[in-house]
Amino acid sequence: MNGSQSSSGKSLVWLLFVVMFFAHQDFWWWDDSSLVLGFLPIGLAYHALFSIGCALLGWLAISKAWPTELEVFADEMEETDSTKI
Amino acid sequence: MTTLIVIIGYFCLLLALGFFSNRLFRGTSKDYFVASHSIGPFLLLMSVFGTTMTAFALVGSTGKSFERGIGTYGLMASISGLVHAGIFFLIGIRLWAFGKKYGYITQIQFFRARFESDGLGYLLFPILVLLVVPYLLIGIIGAGKVIEPVTAGALPMLFDYPTKPDWLGGIPPWLTGLVVSIVVLSYVFMGGSRGAAYANTFQTIVFMIMGLVAFVFIVNALGGLDKSGKVPARITEKGSIVQDFSFDKKAGKLKANDPPKVIGKVMEPESSDLANRQPHLSRVPVTAEFKKKNPKTGELVSFERELGIPFWTFVTYLFIPLSVGMFPHLFQHWLTAKSAKAFRLTVIAHPLCIMIVWVPCVLIGAWASGILPPAIPPAAVLSKMLATLIDNQVLTGLLTAGVLAAIMSSLDSQFLCLGTIFTNDIVLHRSGPKKYSDKQTITIARLFIVVIVSLTYALAMLAKDANVFDLAIWCFSGFSALFPVVFAALYWKRATKQGVIASILAASAAWVYFFHLSGYGGEYFIGPGIVPAAVCFLVASVALVVVSLMTDPPSKETLKKFFPKLN
Repeated sequence: MNGSQSSSGKSLVWLLFVVMFFAHQDFWWWDDSSLVLGFLPIGLAYHALFSIGCALLGWLAISKAWPTELEVFADEMEETDSTKI
Repeated sequence: MTTLIVIIGYFCLLLALGFFSNRLFRGTSKDYFVASHSIGPFLLLMSVFGTTMTAFALVGSTGKSFERGIGTYGLMASISGLVHAGIFFLIGIRLWAFGKKYGYITQIQFFRARFESDGLGYLLFPILVLLVVPYLLIGIIGAGKVIEPVTAGALPMLFDYPTKPDWLGGIPPWLTGLVVSIVVLSYVFMGGSRGAAYANTFQTIVFMIMGLVAFVFIVNALGGLDKSGKVPARITEKGSIVQDFSFDKKAGKLKANDPPKVIGKVMEPESSDLANRQPHLSRVPVTAEFKKKNPKTGELVSFERELGIPFWTFVTYLFIPLSVGMFPHLFQHWLTAKSAKAFRLTVIAHPLCIMIVWVPCVLIGAWASGILPPAIPPAAVLSKMLATLIDNQVLTGLLTAGVLAAIMSSLDSQFLCLGTIFTNDIVLHRSGPKKYSDKQTITIARLFIVVIVSLTYALAMLAKDANVFDLAIWCFSGFSALFPVVFAALYWKRATKQGVIASILAASAAWVYFFHLSGYGGEYFIGPGIVPAAVCFLVASVALVVVSLMTDPPSKETLKKFFPKLN
């Protein structure tokens, strides 16, 4: 992945993260108690789908914004004394 | 008695797992504290998920939904899926990288180095301990409260002074707390963080499966999913709250109440369109009045309850799951990861695990509103539904084991974490790393863990009547108020020692103020329903930014160390 792809991927992930915060409020179904599939209240069905959306966003973040350089940084040198400040 | 045998069997399995994990222990302090950075993706997911989910995931979620309806899921679960996964990705992986590279085992070691301050460690130490200890009490008190009613009648000759007359012969809370403490202590003592990771994985699988099993049995008893959806309490045109069904235990099925059974009435409907609505299936706030029998006089007394979720509570609740960013026990779990890649499964699957556990429990709670008396304690809703609809001792025992699994999978990490920070941030920090051998370091940590377990048990017995779930929310609020500190440490070069100290003090002052206003641990909202965690977080953030900008930035060496140029 080159720098510009990585940067646009990170921007997309951040944008979707913010969108998810707004999507979480779902005031449009606040007072709707109708049932999906005959048993699942629509407000609960929406938030269950929201959880699946969070998992997909996690997958996207790993694909597009994975901190490979941090992994290399962590592994490239021996540990130093943790008690130093 | 069968229920008790199933529970004892579960404890024996855990002890066996403790012995097994002890055989895998490599005998070094690094293995004891952070499993030699060797934990792979699946164990990391299960141990992180098990640690973040307490008994609240099974028992509390059902009870909260019984009180407030399905909005409980959006309020507490789905937002946690988003925030937790975000924190694992943005905070967890970064802290793991610094921990692995510079050899940190505790949060305090990281903060001392990042902010070039020894004193910061001594300020944070008591705050973290004070916030973890109530969290531990929740587990031990909660376990005691769960076991006594489900084992009632098992040993009447032995336990003849029950908490309630109905529970004669049930295992008393002091004994449950003692056994839980000893079982958790045994596998943490023997296997350290590796033992905790294995035990957490086993227990997380147990409580996830048990939640689903309970759901399937309850759905079958209610006559299938279609019928279950019609069960929740309903508001009539006259504003009464009624139950349209009751459960016929002899026939083993639902029967229609004709006329519907009135259990309460709407007090001040904020929406005029409530007739024929099932308030537990939406989030509209409705204040209702119910009646309950006074156990001493037998007289009927009224009590009010708010159904639904106020808008501002729903919006501001997102600050509470930020707490996981500052949990010291979660920091330690992150450090056990074999590589950064081990986090990938956790980031993706954590929200799904939350969904698998919470959706069934929230549905059971909403359905319970149409069957159980409204005055039943929320924490007893799940077991009462099982007792009413299934009445199978083996299943009750298995579900109780699931609840205990959820409790103990948090307790073990917290005990281990306190032992770790006492050993590393106080003893070794004061004495220097070369004074004690590796073996002596492990012995010191083990001794601390024994002392902490003993003290926690004693405190739990003193505070045995506390409302454990409200106390949990206060712990989370305290940790979330400290979140700006960890975020700034990782992402804001300009954050200074003074700024962080000001932030911690401001967060503590705001938290103590609201805790006092709550009556020391009750449910408390500000104004239109804002959670105190939101205000504490904002106060802490402002203090951090303002004081940091007013003081000298950290040294170039420190900035180079924690903000390296990464290619």
